[in-house]
Amino acid sequence: MSFDAELVFSALRALTPVLFAALGGALCERAGVFNVSLEGTLLSGCFAAVAGSWYTGSAWGGVLAAVLAGTAFSAILAIGAVSLGADAVVVGIALNLLAVGLTGFLLRTVFGTQGTFSDPDLQGLEPVDIPGVSSIPFVGDAISGHSPLVYLSWVAVAVIAVLLSRHRWGVRLRGVGEAPDAAQSLGVSVAKYRYAAVLVSGALCGLGGAQLALGNVTLFSENMTAGRGWIAVVAVMLGRALPVGVLLAALLFGLVEAFGFRLQGEGMPQQAADAAPYVMTLAALFLATRPRFRDGLVRRRPSGKAAAGGGSGGPGERPPGPPGPRGPADPPASGTSSPVPTLEPNP
Amino acid sequence: MSTGTTTPAAARALGFVRRALLSPVTVAVLAGFVLGAVILASTGADPLAAYQAIFETALGSEGLSDTLTKSIPIVGMAVALAIPLRAGLVNLGGDGQLVLGALAAGLVGLYSPLPAALTVVLALLAGIVAGGLWAALAAVLETACGVPLLVSSLLLSYPAVSLVSYLIRFKLLEPGSGIPQSEKLPAGVRLPEFMTDGGLGTGVSIGIFLVAAAGLVFAFVEARTSAGFELRMTGLGARFSAYAGVDRPRLTLRLMFASGGLAGLVGAIAVLGFPYRLTDGALTTPGYTWTGLLAALLAAASPLGTIVAGFFFAVLTVGGFGMEQETAVPQQLTQVLQAVIILFLAVRTGVFAKGGWLRRRRTSEPGAPPGGSSGAPPGIPAQPVTADPDPSAAPSGGR
Repeated sequence: MSFDAELVFSALRALTPVLFAALGGALCERAGVFNVSLEGTLLSGCFAAVAGSWYTGSAWGGVLAAVLAGTAFSAILAIGAVSLGADAVVVGIALNLLAVGLTGFLLRTVFGTQGTFSDPDLQGLEPVDIPGVSSIPFVGDAISGHSPLVYLSWVAVAVIAVLLSRHRWGVRLRGVGEAPDAAQSLGVSVAKYRYAAVLVSGALCGLGGAQLALGNVTLFSENMTAGRGWIAVVAVMLGRALPVGVLLAALLFGLVEAFGFRLQGEGMPQQAADAAPYVMTLAALFLATRPRFRDGLVRRRPSGKAAAGGGSGGPGERPPGPPGPRGPADPPASGTSSPVPTLEPNP
Repeated sequence: MSTGTTTPAAARALGFVRRALLSPVTVAVLAGFVLGAVILASTGADPLAAYQAIFETALGSEGLSDTLTKSIPIVGMAVALAIPLRAGLVNLGGDGQLVLGALAAGLVGLYSPLPAALTVVLALLAGIVAGGLWAALAAVLETACGVPLLVSSLLLSYPAVSLVSYLIRFKLLEPGSGIPQSEKLPAGVRLPEFMTDGGLGTGVSIGIFLVAAAGLVFAFVEARTSAGFELRMTGLGARFSAYAGVDRPRLTLRLMFASGGLAGLVGAIAVLGFPYRLTDGALTTPGYTWTGLLAALLAAASPLGTIVAGFFFAVLTVGGFGMEQETAVPQQLTQVLQAVIILFLAVRTGVFAKGGWLRRRRTSEPGAPPGGSSGAPPGIPAQPVTADPDPSAAPSGGR
């Protein structure tokens, strides 16, 4: 088993849908909305991408359709969980099933087929050769020649990282997630920022779906996301909802999947390759949360605020460790130290 | 019925009917069907004919045994997932627990040297233990390692499904078979069946009584024992119950073992019924886990309500095939319908829930979520039931 450029190439390709979805999930997490509908949103993006590409005859038409569909789909979560006070987890689970049912239904009513739709005339995303980079020996083979959305996802990581840590919007978004009451009293509209986060996550999932259905492959098949949205949910936890952390978590997933494909070609059963990303993710989550969890117990007990369970190890209702930007032993991310006071009142 | 003197019983019955009609569940189901009718009409089909086809197929003399057969895994998984959900814990790993239960039962059934009747009992027990232990592992990951249950149970599910798929396809495969399935269980190693003259020519496994019994035991434990009291208290207010002395990690562990055990039992029943063998994907492809979870959510995890909701979803699932034959509308519509009903329910209960939109609107400005369910802090997924309807408002929870 060699670690060559081809492997990196396929890892980078495999991680892109997860990365898009996880970036969206990270934004929601930062805004204080637990988004478990990434899987369904990704799937609806896949379908819309294929349908859009088929009817417009252009892959970019498909990408646009996927972004619109993802945004519309996540609007249900935004309306339900932000405006109407529904439980985000319940809405998310229902949305995931809605996506499976709806895409299966539309596959049959729109394309008149069941299971998988693919056609030689279906336009996929064309790979891009980066001039200058493509001629560098190892790096060129690994980095160049991806679909444009792969590069867009890297740009998205940078943009969101800067936005969250430097821009007024990002700081307010974090304020909304960490102390909604404080943000509200400073005149920042909690609902508006949460809507924005959820809708942008829908658009990002749409891009991820487009990459999956028009970049990684050029087809739609029922339930083709196969748990990638859930991997993204975990990537958000693993990356502590930081864009770069999320990128690293998605990279882990991409590498494991690429390795799995490779080993499968060398005779390892497909089932082992299927299971590997989940086992790896769980192991990473285990390793990442365990020490923090211990710290969390020690740190929390004196304050007695969150660890209402006393010695019982903290009620599982608030697993003190892993998720989110507010992990107890989590040293504040760049500039998180006092986000709220820096917010200016919003006219 | 005289109008002048309303006996307390009549008044209670009337109140019950009124509550049932106005309950969020009824409204959500009706709203779901209305939206479904719009979708049906937009495809050019006659909504009424389609709905009629659903219920005639599922509840007619021909289809009833199919519906009962389907309701074994759906009701079974619904009750299995309702057990932790009642305490606000989401077990998303039903698929893994289900297939591991099926695998354990299948292995016992294939290789046990004991007499057939004993083997059946042993297979059922093996299914319970296998599913229960796998679910308990997810509980340990949350309580001892801080991986949220929602995620730990889900992530453990995928390797289990892959393992069982691998074993069926590579180790247990029936020689010469084109289908990925194990050999048939020895004659006699199966659960008896009844209604053998209906539907597909196969009867309904008496496993349905095991599932029903499990549901009733859950109902009894939940309503009448101290363990059930702890369970409900934790569902209503996890922090309060922990303060009051409920050992949360222990409760999580036991709930998850019970949940996974029942899921494993469902898997075991499936293997011990037609076609009496392990088949790859037979339990995961139809999405029993997800349908069951939706049913449990519909009933707010109330035990008897979950059974009713599970049966209702089994009717929709089986009826979908009849609808497709009758009106050429794809049966996936019933899946859409199920999800939409839950969406309406979640939104509707959210509107009226404490801290929900309506109340908020009355007390403060809109958009200010004073720790309401919408403000569920990030990464704290384990309490979805808080926004679910008041159990007493559910039509079936009329205790």
